[in-house]
Amino acid sequence: MEQATIEKLEMPFMENPHAAQTEIRKVPEKMIARDLNCFFGKTQAIRNVTLSIPTQKVLAIIGPSGCGKSTFLRSLNRMHEVAGGTMTGTVLLDGVNIYESDPVVVRRRVGMVFQKANPFPMMSIFDNVAAGLRLNGRNGKKEINEIVERSLKQAALWDEVKDSLNKSGMSLSGGQQQRLCIARTLAVDPEVVLMDEPASALDPISTAKIEELIYDLKKNYTIVIVTHNMQQAARVSDYTAFFYVGELIEVDDTKTMFTAPRIKRTEEYITGRFG
Amino acid sequence: MERYEEVCTMTDRQSARIQRWRKFKNVFMIGLSVFSALLVIAPLFIIFTYTLSQGIGSVNLAFFIHMPKPVGEAGGGMANAIIGSLEMVAMAALIGLPVGILAGIYLAEFGRNAFGTAVGFLSDVLSGIPSIVVGVVAYILVVIPMGHFSAFAGSVALAILMIPTVTRTTEEMIRLVPHSLREASLALGIPNWKTTLKIILPTATKGITTGILLALARAAGETAPLLFTALGNRFWSTSLNEPIASLTVFIYDYAKAPFDDWNRQAWAAAFVLICMVFVVNLAFRYVTRSRYGTSHN
Repeated sequence: MEQATIEKLEMPFMENPHAAQTEIRKVPEKMIARDLNCFFGKTQAIRNVTLSIPTQKVLAIIGPSGCGKSTFLRSLNRMHEVAGGTMTGTVLLDGVNIYESDPVVVRRRVGMVFQKANPFPMMSIFDNVAAGLRLNGRNGKKEINEIVERSLKQAALWDEVKDSLNKSGMSLSGGQQQRLCIARTLAVDPEVVLMDEPASALDPISTAKIEELIYDLKKNYTIVIVTHNMQQAARVSDYTAFFYVGELIEVDDTKTMFTAPRIKRTEEYITGRFG
Repeated sequence: MERYEEVCTMTDRQSARIQRWRKFKNVFMIGLSVFSALLVIAPLFIIFTYTLSQGIGSVNLAFFIHMPKPVGEAGGGMANAIIGSLEMVAMAALIGLPVGILAGIYLAEFGRNAFGTAVGFLSDVLSGIPSIVVGVVAYILVVIPMGHFSAFAGSVALAILMIPTVTRTTEEMIRLVPHSLREASLALGIPNWKTTLKIILPTATKGITTGILLALARAAGETAPLLFTALGNRFWSTSLNEPIASLTVFIYDYAKAPFDDWNRQAWAAAFVLICMVFVVNLAFRYVTRSRYGTSHN
């Protein structure tokens, strides 16, 4: 045991990530990425990552800029290929390879919230939330009204916008727009919600709201959140994965990761010595 | 401009002088911009007031509801030409807009290949071809096979003129829609084609509208391509299969005629044409206006 630790310290990048995720294996997994490699042209952004995503927990992905966090996240709902990327390996959702499924169906089950709030500019607040339903062919007026209200409540935005549902989504503040985007994602009732630095462009109060929201959402959803903010990862997540130059270095439950990381690189990053 | 040390060691008088110089430059450049902006609208203003002053005397109810009178008889109108112009432009829009918009969507969404580049380039070339040449093309393509001049042939010529403008503006406006909106839509599990049709296209509507209006205005104002396609007609006709009158051809004929009365009517026709383009412009913008003012991306 002692011997193994020393070896890891000397060669952190030779670490086999499979070994470092014993803890996370105890929770039933919603998704598994297996031997995942992602490319942009000839540049490799993700190197041989195997990581399971625990059901109805929050998994935070941390790491310095350019380490492949976002790319990994985007490979989980096939958004990686929208940006012109390619990949090898498998990503299983409930045991089925999403790369052998219809991407449209995959994205309905695995929703995504982006770094920059991106409400549809020509739609009202109501229409923004209803967009995913309507454009997927669900048109029952009563059903849509109910879902829009429920989603806005889940996103903790209902009280602020219930009297102005017909106003433009762009009329909201940055934090409200981001919660609107979360409501829009929740409206199509995904099973997994991917969040790509959802609060990085927001003020502390809006950030706190989003974090509370994430905490509530994990009762019903499996959440993967990419964040630059280590305090945020520590606050909201159950598990944390550390990525460095495209590789998964370590993954463990958040408490262990932040108090007793097993690998030196992780410790150095968490304590702010690089990144 | 000034180096930091210099600024720090400046006397009050020096700094006041610099301040004045900067203010002068500022006012001067703003003045130049305003002057240029005025120059842009000046021709339109001059054309409008001059046609108004020359033509308004002949613009009356009869002009809109009566047919042209033979030479020597006073009065008469251009009812057939007004209808003819509207009909041909509408028909040209019916042919040209769908083709132009769909081609623009193709170029923006799937056109990143040799074929797309070629189409884009050729469409630019097409928009630079003199309109009279387009008239000749329509003559060969439509008039000769049909055996006679027709409103339809005129519409085809106008449609060919509209297509490149509409194609290029549609393409450019769709490309301007932020990529994040497409991603947002795709991430909701909305299929690609629906994303283009229901998210991207509506966001680009305002810009595409401008392109369509430019194309319509150009088509409405063309004379040359109609001379040997629609030909012109002094009698009432709305048939697509027969020669048809148009305001522009009437302006051409009446302006070069040696009769004062005809010349005045040509001015009136020009004035009416400008107003028609203006009204269509306003109406189109009203119909396609955004519900949320200027909130476009």
